[in-house]
Amino acid sequence: MTGEVSGMTDISGAMITAPVAAADWLVIAPVVVPLVFGALLLMFRHEMRWHGIVAMIGLAILVGVDAALLKRVLAEAPLAMTMGRWLPPFGISFTADALGAVFALTAGVVALICAVFSFRDIGVSGRRYGFYPFLMLMMAGVSGAFLTGDIFNLYVWFEVFVIASFGLLILGSEKAQIDGATKYAILNLVGTTLFLIATAYLYGTFGTLNMADIARKADGLRGTGPLMTLATLYLLAFGMKAAAFPVNFWLPASYHTPRIVIAALFGALLTKIGVYALLRTLVMLFPVERGILAETIGWVAAATMILGVLGALAQADTRRAFGFLVISSVGVMLAGLALGSETGLSGTIFYAVHSMLTMGALYMLAGMMREFGGSFSLHELGGLYRLSPLLTAIAFLLVLAAAGLPPASGLWPKILLVKAALEASAWWLAGAILLTGFLTTIAMGRIFLLAFWRDAPAVDGRHVTAAATGSRSLGQGVLIAFAMPILLIGIMPEPVIRIAAQAAHGLLESAPYIQAVFPAGGG
Amino acid sequence: MEPVFAALVGLFFAVGIYLMLSKHVVRILLGVVIFGNAVNLLIFTAGRILREVAAIIPEGADTPVGPISNPLPQALILTAIVISFSFFAFLLVLAYRAYQEIGTDDTDGMRVAEPAGEPLPPIGY
Repeated sequence: MTGEVSGMTDISGAMITAPVAAADWLVIAPVVVPLVFGALLLMFRHEMRWHGIVAMIGLAILVGVDAALLKRVLAEAPLAMTMGRWLPPFGISFTADALGAVFALTAGVVALICAVFSFRDIGVSGRRYGFYPFLMLMMAGVSGAFLTGDIFNLYVWFEVFVIASFGLLILGSEKAQIDGATKYAILNLVGTTLFLIATAYLYGTFGTLNMADIARKADGLRGTGPLMTLATLYLLAFGMKAAAFPVNFWLPASYHTPRIVIAALFGALLTKIGVYALLRTLVMLFPVERGILAETIGWVAAATMILGVLGALAQADTRRAFGFLVISSVGVMLAGLALGSETGLSGTIFYAVHSMLTMGALYMLAGMMREFGGSFSLHELGGLYRLSPLLTAIAFLLVLAAAGLPPASGLWPKILLVKAALEASAWWLAGAILLTGFLTTIAMGRIFLLAFWRDAPAVDGRHVTAAATGSRSLGQGVLIAFAMPILLIGIMPEPVIRIAAQAAHGLLESAPYIQAVFPAGGG
Repeated sequence: MEPVFAALVGLFFAVGIYLMLSKHVVRILLGVVIFGNAVNLLIFTAGRILREVAAIIPEGADTPVGPISNPLPQALILTAIVISFSFFAFLLVLAYRAYQEIGTDDTDGMRVAEPAGEPLPPIGY
């Protein structure tokens, strides 16, 4: 019947009549691939032998499509596709620009490396519990958040990856996990609810949820609409998701409790989605309001980075120390958001790429240190240099990466950020970034000194001995897989700087993004 | 109608936030539910409250006859209800498990993941 009706009626006023080119389906492939593989794994949930392999294949395909998507948006313009063939802004648009694509690709690479590590970290009980389906569904949510062009859809993807992360966080059902998960779950739910409140006000003001549509209508509403309220609410909501001070207390409460591979995934990915959403809303949708909030964001950034690293200095548990370093790295990224210049934003984007790799690697390093040294505590660890010189070399590189020293990847984004801060004569922000780097060197250097350099200490009259829980060579291989890009980016930063600059430019000049969603300029 | 709903939303937010400030997990969860419903009402109000008919196209026509109400806020609320309900179900089970494992629903007593009085890292060796 519908066929008859549409045959007689001219639907071109409401729907896209031209067929979508096959290559354009690339924009939703990073969401479809993990969803399909997640569903497959759920169907074969009793065939646990195959879970790891199937997830690996799925994530490898995900990395492939992410890379193809990034290559395409870098070479051409942002790529958009609207669901259900409805004309935007009525259909939900997926819009991939350089920013979303580079975040999605890095997230995919980290997830793939984590999936390899999971072979030694996730046992039969973890598989029965559904680690791999949760992982795939979380990656669908993460990719969706990076690529969607609709703000309510962004909320939905946030909820998708958050609920998958709940499942991952309590995998094992240990006492500490349930304790940490309670705080993580409630505070994250409050954060996403704040996001929804802001979105409700935004819909009431704009009458649209399509980000490209919001970006082009914002100028007209600046005098009459409560755009400042919207921007502030988004800052609070996404600041909470990104673990910015003072709304970051869920992170140190929970990130050290799950399995190492899950902690690595969370530390690498989840806070960066908050940073991404802050960039997308405050820079692209509400640039004028971001300018007014710039000083507030700057102080939040400085407080987050310094208090984060001070927290890391006070921790004897390596995983908890790394959790505080995740917070500190978010502060560094927020510095670029506060500055708002193209240099500052490309520093933020570059630092996010660096931080995803480094934070994932740090948690796995904590896992491997326990593998060799038998403990997470700096009171008990020691003598690891004798046990594994290879692990020591990787650990040293990660010390340099986290502290932002050459030849690791952390140096270049910090240079960009400090340069941008000095250009904006925000000397205090540049000082905070440099002080954070100095304190991180102390925090990481001490972990290295105590765990690797000194001889194994005697605790209660005996040495802590390690019990092998999985393949050590696999764990070290995975750490090398993380260390390679960190070192490579550190030695040859130009390609990443170029991509980050293009992504930052795309945020500041949103015309191509809008053009991708509304080719005719109408709608 | 909107001012009445705005006041109602404000009341819901006040009650929800008051309950969430409690240190007992059960009260926090009740606060979360009321907070979530406040947002649903907020979306409903933000979509404008009109006395128009539902967006149903009569048989034999291609477009709606006369003005219709905006169906989008209802779709948004429906999505938000489904998500917040599933979250709430998960949180209830989690709170119950936490009570079983830790033996309290007082957040001051939930110090398993972050024990009080942990030693600082060694100063030297």
